[in-house]
Amino acid sequence: MSDIKLKITDREGNIHEVEAPTDMAMNLMEVIKGFELVPEGTIGTCGGMAMCASCQCYVTSEHELPEMEYDEEAMLAEAFNVEDNSRLGCQLHITPELEGLEVTLAPEEM
Amino acid sequence: MITTDIIIIGAGPTGLFTVFEAGLLKLKCHLIDALPQAGGQCSEIYPKKPIYDIPAFPEVLAGDLVDNLMEQIKAFEPGFTLGERADTIDKLDDGTFIVTTNKGTKHKAPVVAIAGGLGSFEPRKPPIPNITDFEDKGVAYIIRDPEVYRDKKVVLAGGGDSALDWSIFLADVASEVTLVHRRNDFRGALDSVEKVAELAKIGKINLITEAEVKGIQGSDKVESVTIKHKTEGEYTLETDCFIPLFGLLPKLGPISDWGLDIEKNAIKVNNALDYQTNIEGIYAIGDVNTYPGKLKLILCGFHEATLMCQSAFKRINPDKKYIMKYTTVGGVTGFDGSKKIAKKEQVLNIKDL
Repeated sequence: MSDIKLKITDREGNIHEVEAPTDMAMNLMEVIKGFELVPEGTIGTCGGMAMCASCQCYVTSEHELPEMEYDEEAMLAEAFNVEDNSRLGCQLHITPELEGLEVTLAPEEM
Repeated sequence: MITTDIIIIGAGPTGLFTVFEAGLLKLKCHLIDALPQAGGQCSEIYPKKPIYDIPAFPEVLAGDLVDNLMEQIKAFEPGFTLGERADTIDKLDDGTFIVTTNKGTKHKAPVVAIAGGLGSFEPRKPPIPNITDFEDKGVAYIIRDPEVYRDKKVVLAGGGDSALDWSIFLADVASEVTLVHRRNDFRGALDSVEKVAELAKIGKINLITEAEVKGIQGSDKVESVTIKHKTEGEYTLETDCFIPLFGLLPKLGPISDWGLDIEKNAIKVNNALDYQTNIEGIYAIGDVNTYPGKLKLILCGFHEATLMCQSAFKRINPDKKYIMKYTTVGGVTGFDGSKKIAKKEQVLNIKDL
């Protein structure tokens, strides 16, 4: 198993290039949390159940992503600052197909 | 003034279990929670989700876990101040504390246990720059008294149960009800969705889907909102009230101004000893605290609550010595006079048979 490279733009506009393992059953939210790219407590509020949208991000690369499941779609329907390329980080699992993925974190809800 | 032995801030699983451990030590508890019901995140966010890492429960729904905890602590008669947020804390000269809620309810105790999880749940506010200027001037995030909307023009926003249910309810109260939702489908209960569709058909609800409220206008109160439709663009809609219903979001809130050591949005505690904070007599347990190696798990909160109660006992009874007793031996004696104890084995003499 190998790591994949991800390019993540945080909420301040800083770009982070990180390597994420594909064999640890991680999702994008956990990667961002693990690398402490945003202050603790501002991402993954619900723990990854697609119930809070604190990990909303905009996918800016042309990757073919897995289809949204109902929970993610429903949450994004209620979230703010949603764009057509919005996804919930907690629902994007780190797989080899995501090599080179580029995302920008959505603003934090007030 | 409510007086007790331990004021517990937060009625989630950790706070609830604290009542049990304190009860075994004959200490009484009173819980304060901003939500209208006990259970914290387990009740508010994910009551129907299964949890798999509660010891001896291969699988338990979060809602059932809360029900079980409520049953377990019933005999210890905990007090509850629900729907109120703990706002301020004052330490008196005798070392006791007074915790006051946002509604002015005062609680007094020698020990405060903060089991506040991620903080208190606050309504999610849509990102409309001037929305706070209109709060209580036509904008509300929670409907407390529906009569306020009688014969008024009301715009609601959201796609969940509360947006649907209130639209249905207000259709008979308000002069005009508009429900704005970003999508064409709703995630509320099926019969609520059907009812809204029905009321929209007969013109009792003005249903606008694939749209969002983007702006609010008015001189000293709400007079109109700007609606942005996916295909039709922006337009203005006259209204007296705007009620965005987008659920709740936890915020650490006023606790962060209590003079406690805070690191990474959590309260630092002494985990080598008793989960006490930098202020003697105030403890922090469960998801709200942090220490080296901290894990935000319900089972860790239970452990922290247990040790914290031992320390609280010593603070409240400095001259008493506590000898730990297993519940299998000592049973559980409630403050309500109930007593649970293991049944004694019956002795039968073989000659009597």
